[in-house]
Amino acid sequence: MTVELILFFLLAAVALGGAINLIVQTHPIHSALSLIVVMVALAGIYLLLGAELLAMVQIIVYAGAIMVLFVFTIMLLNAGKEERTAISRAATYVGVPCGVLLTAVLAWRMVLSEAGASASGAETQGMSRELSGMLFTSYVFPFELTSILILVAILGAVVLAKREM
Amino acid sequence: MPLASYAVVLSAVLFGLGALGFVFKRNIITIFMSIELMLNAVNLSFVAFSRIRHLLEGQVFVFFVIVVAAAEAAVGMAIIMQVARNRQSLNIERIDLLKL
Repeated sequence: MTVELILFFLLAAVALGGAINLIVQTHPIHSALSLIVVMVALAGIYLLLGAELLAMVQIIVYAGAIMVLFVFTIMLLNAGKEERTAISRAATYVGVPCGVLLTAVLAWRMVLSEAGASASGAETQGMSRELSGMLFTSYVFPFELTSILILVAILGAVVLAKREM
Repeated sequence: MPLASYAVVLSAVLFGLGALGFVFKRNIITIFMSIELMLNAVNLSFVAFSRIRHLLEGQVFVFFVIVVAAAEAAVGMAIIMQVARNRQSLNIERIDLLKL
């Protein structure tokens, strides 16, 4: 067992624990905090997988910006504990088997498809320079389109959140 | 088994957990968080497959997924604020205007 694998299993355990905690907790702020734990653990896993730039983006954008937005909304709306109802109890009996089945099928298919994969080209470890190059050459059109998307999202958010239309 | 294969399995499990949360959480904000968890799981599988196949395209895709998730979070939060203001509740069972 290498150091990399041990680190991976540690981070995977943290991510899984956070994800389970997200579902188990009844107060939204506790769920939000455990989601931050999951995202930071995933950033660590990205580092182990050789995606350094993505690890940084994950921490800055996901754990930083998006989760701050979540926590902000929870506090702004003064969200309390969620109420359990008859439907949520029924969802437990149907949802858990379905979720386990979904996970099993996904893992099975993905591991299968990965077994037949043939690696071509160089190792993707530590290729932030190449990644940025690709983003600004072959993928420059989608990259520019995202700026329009963000502009529309800003407008939409402002219009929706405004108190009086 | 190499590291990336374990990452693929982890991403499947995280996606399953996100789907479970989506099904059985009642709070609209927590449901939104479950969606973010599923997006993260998919990102992880993209990175793992990019490592397995030695293709950088997977990582480029993760960038776009993160950007779209950020835009989606901004609009989604605005919608949630509006719904909470109109309905005085965050419970999704009270938000049933489209139900028969």
